[in-house]
Amino acid sequence: MSVVVTSPRRLAPAAPDVAPSGLSERRVRAWQVLDSVLDPEVPALSVCDLGLVRAIDEWPDSDLLEVVLTPTYSGCPATELITQDVLAALETAGLGPARVVMQRAPAWSSDWISAAGRLKLRNYGIAPPGPATAVPIRWHHRLPAPALQCPRCDSLHTEQLAAFGATACKALHRCLACGEPFEYFKPI
Amino acid sequence: MTASIALTRSAEQQYVLRLGDACLVLAQRLAEWSGHAPVLEEDIALSNLALDLLGQARGLLSLAGQMNLRAGGVLLDEDQLGFLRDERDYFNPTLAELPRGDFAFTVLRNLLLSSWFKGVWQGLQTSSDAELAAIAGKALKEARYHQQHAADWVLRLGGGTAESTQRLKAALDMAWRFHAELFVSDEVDVAAAAAGLGPRADSLHAGWLADVAPVLAEAGLALPAASPFRSTGRRGQHTEHMGGLLSQLQYLQRSFPRGVW
Repeated sequence: MSVVVTSPRRLAPAAPDVAPSGLSERRVRAWQVLDSVLDPEVPALSVCDLGLVRAIDEWPDSDLLEVVLTPTYSGCPATELITQDVLAALETAGLGPARVVMQRAPAWSSDWISAAGRLKLRNYGIAPPGPATAVPIRWHHRLPAPALQCPRCDSLHTEQLAAFGATACKALHRCLACGEPFEYFKPI
Repeated sequence: MTASIALTRSAEQQYVLRLGDACLVLAQRLAEWSGHAPVLEEDIALSNLALDLLGQARGLLSLAGQMNLRAGGVLLDEDQLGFLRDERDYFNPTLAELPRGDFAFTVLRNLLLSSWFKGVWQGLQTSSDAELAAIAGKALKEARYHQQHAADWVLRLGGGTAESTQRLKAALDMAWRFHAELFVSDEVDVAAAAAGLGPRADSLHAGWLADVAPVLAEAGLALPAASPFRSTGRRGQHTEHMGGLLSQLQYLQRSFPRGVW
């Protein structure tokens, strides 16, 4: 059940965040099981919604099911816990033995969060990220920050309170219409 | 006390450790703000910055540990490299190890270092070492947020009260004395560039200044005069502040070898 950190083996861009077609029964079931493993920091989303699961492989010379995960942030403290949760879920579903391979490249992007995941984020009270590639990060205050929509009342009359929220992946904002603070999942 | 580990000090290992130690040591300084920052939001922000840097350091130290094996030494892991080296075997630029100072110094140093990190990570995107390029690919995205956070605060303090502008100016005068080291190339840089491992230190200066100078100008700060002084942390020769930092960083692993939570 070891965690292996590898150099990139798959350099293809984003793998699908839903089960690809033409998979074995075991791999199809594994994709379904992992879609019920929730992210510990944002428990509204599964690791599949977040796009953390890049591939689930079987190899002819081994009975190990190999799950390829890409961590969101270099220092995300949830990474180890997610690995344990993924292995435990597969074991419980009778799909083991399995192992997790951490793949750094290509680097995780918030663009990999699925459409369903974005909706879940919003319903959870976290404003979903804008496109990571299309919007250049505001360099400093001469460029106004893009107006964010309040996930509670939909007002665009919002402001940033702090560049970092409870976790590195979020920023803290406030709605000036309904007065509620909310978190914003930062595009990266 | 657990004995210190020995490094092969190959050029590639030295190159990676300079960067990994910059991340590790700055992470340690930023983490010192936990529970002490002026407001809760910034307390959390500085801890999050530290966490990103620590994650980057973990990847780089693991890689440096593999390079130890490649150069004929033993395989070392991230914890051994993080906790069991003597002071002279840490190769961070001196600027990263200076005491955290006040909030003005912290954000000013973050501006100088995050802008430098951004250039380094950009230069490493095409590294001949796939693992190094992968670490840099992730870190580049994070460094942009670090840079933005620092620049926002430098502008805010620069446009604030007489007290905040005076403190910011003092911070720049202090930090600027140590910035030149970031851009001094030596045999390690030359070897890394020749092998395609990563950029030479001096090649990063123009891009760095283009990022930093407009922010300082807008904050009302004049660039301090150039000085011939060059600090030497990247060669393992540190200030008196490094010993205190390492004693805190290493205490648990030295006293309780291989202790885990």
